[in-house]
Amino acid sequence: MQVHIKYFASIREAMGCGSEAWDTSATTLGELRQALVARDARDDHPLATGRAARIALNQLMCEEDALLTPGCEVAFFPPVTGG
Amino acid sequence: MAQTTPRVRIQHGTFDVSQEIAELQAGDPRVGAVCTFLGTVRDRNVQGAAHAASVQSLELEHYPGMTEKSIETMIDEAHRRFDIFGARVVHRIGVLAPTEQVVLVAVTSAHRGESFQACEFLMDYLKTQAPFWKKEQTPQGAHWVDARVSDDAALARWGIAARNA
Repeated sequence: MQVHIKYFASIREAMGCGSEAWDTSATTLGELRQALVARDARDDHPLATGRAARIALNQLMCEEDALLTPGCEVAFFPPVTGG
Repeated sequence: MAQTTPRVRIQHGTFDVSQEIAELQAGDPRVGAVCTFLGTVRDRNVQGAAHAASVQSLELEHYPGMTEKSIETMIDEAHRRFDIFGARVVHRIGVLAPTEQVVLVAVTSAHRGESFQACEFLMDYLKTQAPFWKKEQTPQGAHWVDARVSDDAALARWGIAARNA
């Protein structure tokens, strides 16, 4: 299915883009994260396991077991630091 | 109570605290307490003593859409938890210099206790759940600000697990 992915702050800089549309066979947020890491094949991937990344699905903070839906909006970003 | 202006605003420009309070109070004679929190840009980073007084500017990025929704949800939760009349959050984005205003939280209630609590609750919530990110410009270069575990602990006092830092 196609998903719309957004990146913010340090993760946006490390990914080299702010957003992309991607066709993926992943079914959960965690699988999508792993698929992106595998796709990009780099040692310093900002979404690699153990790197601090928060994930929002359709603009709500979610855990990695949340299910993707066709056309959904997924965002990856570091811990927030507003206020 | 109907409010004629949005409860949440994200903007580049600064804001007038007196005007924000007047709009929030809106001539409501039930209001006996207005509590505000005003966050401003510091010139020193608490994360490293070596960088004391070294922040030249602060750049704030956010997630348009999610930012507004998440803060609206926080204000709804504040209304459920505290006996308040109204709440307003204004947060700036873009490049800001030390001493500039960053964020305003304002709450009205009949008595001070409820608005003090709701104001602190909203700030604790915002610090760990609203999608904003700060980047500091220093003479040594620019770097992203790290989230603080103490901010997660502040939200935990209200019975909410932050899981941010």
